[in-house]
Amino acid sequence: MRLTVTVNGIEHSREVEPRLLLIHFLRDELGLTGSHWGCDTSNCGACVVWLDETPVKSCTVLAVMAAGHRVRTVEGMVRAGELDPVQQGFAACHGLQCGFCTPGMMLTARWLLNRNPHPTEPEIREAISGQICRCTGYENIVRSVLWASEAESSEAGRSAAGSAP
Amino acid sequence: MQVPAHVEYEKAASIEHALGLLVRYGPEARILAGGHSLIPMMKLRLAQPEVLVDINGLTELSYITLAGDELRIGALARHAQLLESAVAGRLFAILHDAERVIADPVVRNWGTVGGSLCQADPSEDLSAAFAALKSTMVVRGPDGTRTVPAREFHTGPYETVVGPAELLTEIRLPVRAGGGSGYVKVSRRTGDWPVGAAGAAVWLDGEIIADAGIGLTAVGARNFAAAEAEEFLRGRPATEENLAQAGEIAASHCRPVSDQRGPADYKQHLARELTTRVLRTAVRRAREPDAELTPCG
Repeated sequence: MRLTVTVNGIEHSREVEPRLLLIHFLRDELGLTGSHWGCDTSNCGACVVWLDETPVKSCTVLAVMAAGHRVRTVEGMVRAGELDPVQQGFAACHGLQCGFCTPGMMLTARWLLNRNPHPTEPEIREAISGQICRCTGYENIVRSVLWASEAESSEAGRSAAGSAP
Repeated sequence: MQVPAHVEYEKAASIEHALGLLVRYGPEARILAGGHSLIPMMKLRLAQPEVLVDINGLTELSYITLAGDELRIGALARHAQLLESAVAGRLFAILHDAERVIADPVVRNWGTVGGSLCQADPSEDLSAAFAALKSTMVVRGPDGTRTVPAREFHTGPYETVVGPAELLTEIRLPVRAGGGSGYVKVSRRTGDWPVGAAGAAVWLDGEIIADAGIGLTAVGARNFAAAEAEEFLRGRPATEENLAQAGEIAASHCRPVSDQRGPADYKQHLARELTTRVLRTAVRRAREPDAELTPCG
């Protein structure tokens, strides 16, 4: 059947089988291999992408279920040529080791910071509790998200100061 | 690599359309809501529907609203939505306690309340919570709407009263004065099935328990409930001894099975201990309805 979906702001239209999973559509049909295909059982979170405004596990969503919706993957995190502060945080704080869980972790972190700009450490751990880092690098992932939170609040402070009369 | 077998797909445009599709395709059609139980089952060939009827577009089933003396939850409400619903949390703390420990935050974003109930997993949490709250399920079919008490909704593991041409549309929770509730679960890790879990609701008349509801999951409780323990509590004062005795009675009627999550005697112990603890929480919350919610246990 015909599937039309907007991925990272670009509309794509493909002929797909209804049983095709969203993760395979993104990787195999669109070549967006930033989203990783991990446990295949909705446990590990390597495949997390945004469906409209919320992270979902794309190994457990049929591609056709995304028809007419917006999907955002790690490739869509860059804004105006600049890495998202979450991505900068992961770079600055050694938030990735092998990197397999990283795209999913960053997309969930972005969602968390949009809803809660100043999360506590337990809130960050809760937000990523459905995602597994098999390098067990959780400490640095949490630090990376805290880094992004601080970077964004000082950025917001600077913009507010800059726009003052 | 796990992929579902070949399947046809239809997107429902309305409840009537969904029901029409179920009638047209017959028993080999399945409703697709969040899909977080169905799609894994399809990957493993434990479910092999010929047609999926996708109801994710039916936003008219996504509500959580207070209507008179009932809280009404649309079957397509996502778990995250229930967890964020202030009115649900204020009236039924048990629902927020339970939602906090259902799956994980990302799965809760897409999994639905109705889907969890219709999956009818014997370890599912909301089945116990709704049993404790003595709620009613609204089921719609081609011939109209019928209501089913939560405790008659499940007919066995992975089986419910919802017929092949029917759709669960709503859960109704009666709001009664003097109520307090809670939910507590023991699981090995986030996202895993519970080893055991208990939910309780009590309605106090002074210090007397006017009515009680106890829900249990994963421990082999009949209809996800502990009717004998509820009967014991009714009309008795909310003392520590009575709550402990209710835990004993609840556990004595459970028939848990040993599996990789724990031996039967441990699960029986959990049924007793968790029932008593969550009753304590429910009583405390009923006495102080305006107090800041502190965790169960």
